[in-house]
Amino acid sequence: MSVAAALPRRLSVSRNDIENFLFEEAALLDDWKLTEWVALFEPGASYYVPTAGAPDDADPATSLFYIADDYHRLTERVKRLLKRTAHVEFPHSRCRHMISNVRIIGGDDQAFAVTSNFATYRSKRGRTELYFGHHNYVKTFADGAIRIRRKTSFLDSDDIAEQGKVSIII
Amino acid sequence: MGSQAPVAVSASPLVDDRSAQGVFRVARRVFVEAEVLDCEQREIFGKCWLYLGHESEISTPGDFLTRSVVGRSLIFARNKDGDVRTFFNTCPHRGAMVCREKQGSASLFRCFYHSWAFDLDGKLITRPGDESYAENANAHGEHNLVRAPRLEAYRGLYFINFDRDAVDLSTYLGNTKEFIDLVMDQSPEGMEIVGGTQEYGFRANWKLLAENSMDGYHGAPTHATYFDYVMSTNGGLGDTVVQISKPHDLGSGHAVVEYGAPWGRPIAKAVQAWGKEGEDEATALRASLTQRFGEARANRIAYTNRNMVIFPNFVINDIMAITLRTFEPVGPGQMRVNAWALAPKGEAPESRQRRLYNYLEFLGPGGFATPDDCEALALCQEGYANAGEARWNDISKGLNQERPSIEDEVQMRAFWREWSRRVEGKQI
Repeated sequence: MSVAAALPRRLSVSRNDIENFLFEEAALLDDWKLTEWVALFEPGASYYVPTAGAPDDADPATSLFYIADDYHRLTERVKRLLKRTAHVEFPHSRCRHMISNVRIIGGDDQAFAVTSNFATYRSKRGRTELYFGHHNYVKTFADGAIRIRRKTSFLDSDDIAEQGKVSIII
Repeated sequence: MGSQAPVAVSASPLVDDRSAQGVFRVARRVFVEAEVLDCEQREIFGKCWLYLGHESEISTPGDFLTRSVVGRSLIFARNKDGDVRTFFNTCPHRGAMVCREKQGSASLFRCFYHSWAFDLDGKLITRPGDESYAENANAHGEHNLVRAPRLEAYRGLYFINFDRDAVDLSTYLGNTKEFIDLVMDQSPEGMEIVGGTQEYGFRANWKLLAENSMDGYHGAPTHATYFDYVMSTNGGLGDTVVQISKPHDLGSGHAVVEYGAPWGRPIAKAVQAWGKEGEDEATALRASLTQRFGEARANRIAYTNRNMVIFPNFVINDIMAITLRTFEPVGPGQMRVNAWALAPKGEAPESRQRRLYNYLEFLGPGGFATPDDCEALALCQEGYANAGEARWNDISKGLNQERPSIEDEVQMRAFWREWSRRVEGKQI
């Protein structure tokens, strides 16, 4: 299949729209505006971080992930991360989310797939950790708004022995 | 004088055990000094049984995986007859790592450097220019892969030992077998590792995770947000069913805590969030356990949580899911962790999904709890920068208790007494 044939034909949004969305999402995460961030997801959405090096078709029903949140747990994750008692992120680490190589892979307004590369830096108490990989999204477009139906963040490192944990939204 | 007196790790005690006076302290030096780690590598990791992997990870002849155990690179494989073999992952010729894949299925392992190839028993089967070697060059296996000195299994759990003279595994595991059985009996079809390994790390000394893995005292303060989540999800902390809260010193450094807790257990205690389907399933699982083992043992399996440390660095936690975990030092202030989910074979897909969902609510580097342990242990390690002046960790909680609970420190003292027995006074 040629690249042209793979491009979605029934999609009202452009890559520019998607990039704006992703950059705004990254800015919310950089600023720890997690309540605003989780509002980008539609009710019933899910959020996944498979184990480092997992293939794109990894399934949380049969594989061990780091994070496999349904919508309820995603909202609980956000509540947790904003508490003083989420000790690992209090005080908040400083983070910078870099997004690039944005592509719309297919679909229509009801459900379209987006992929982007990411590099997220997290700094705390004199140490800086790097998380890198790609995000796969399933998004929807309705009433002039893009919403996230599923976000999966794939880490390309062999493991996370250096980073130790996935305590931020990467 | 022809020889110097041996230099001991410490002239003063590293573990200050004066239990009768209510004192139990550990010198913070043991978390920071390279000499202590060298001694541990030899006296503990060089002599104790170390967990390698589970039989289900290499279930079919030809299956293999490569895994690091205290810095050694090992190949864990099942040969064509179905027997499990473990080799050091290094070519007998020049030492290159032979296998570079994390896992797979193979009929032979070939070192690409000079193309020596080995079968699944580690035996050299082909190499270029074989005629240039003396006829009896491999008469005693000199050109075969080197096997782990000892490899033994208990109920599907494979352990290795670098000490040929070590006691057998069954003797070593001793009283832990009662608790391993409570996990392995959860399915008549046996247990299996599910869907991969979580490989992560803590910026802390390895011994801190031995303590943390069975520490009932830190639960409420460190994991407050997890219990907030359980309450918010189930409308309260609910029924803990069993009121038991009991630490056990199992001898030889092994220890376990048994207790009731508010979370759901896939085997087999449902919580509100699982709905009627989850409750029905838990009831059916308990009925099946009762049929197999009688009511008392069935209830113990279903309702009681267990956090166990098998000395020195293997954890079996049977809590809101079952995790197996190893941790090993990569320096005094850094460790690597491998964690796996263990589950009954033949588990229904919905149950499996619920189990994995439950696992991730607490466990692992993205759970609602483990990242806070990461931070707590890192802060301890950073605090030990002051070990020269602020010298002692206190581990005396519960020394005056006739019936200690899991919030006391009986289980940690069991670990430290064995650690002391193996390390203190030994030559560096």
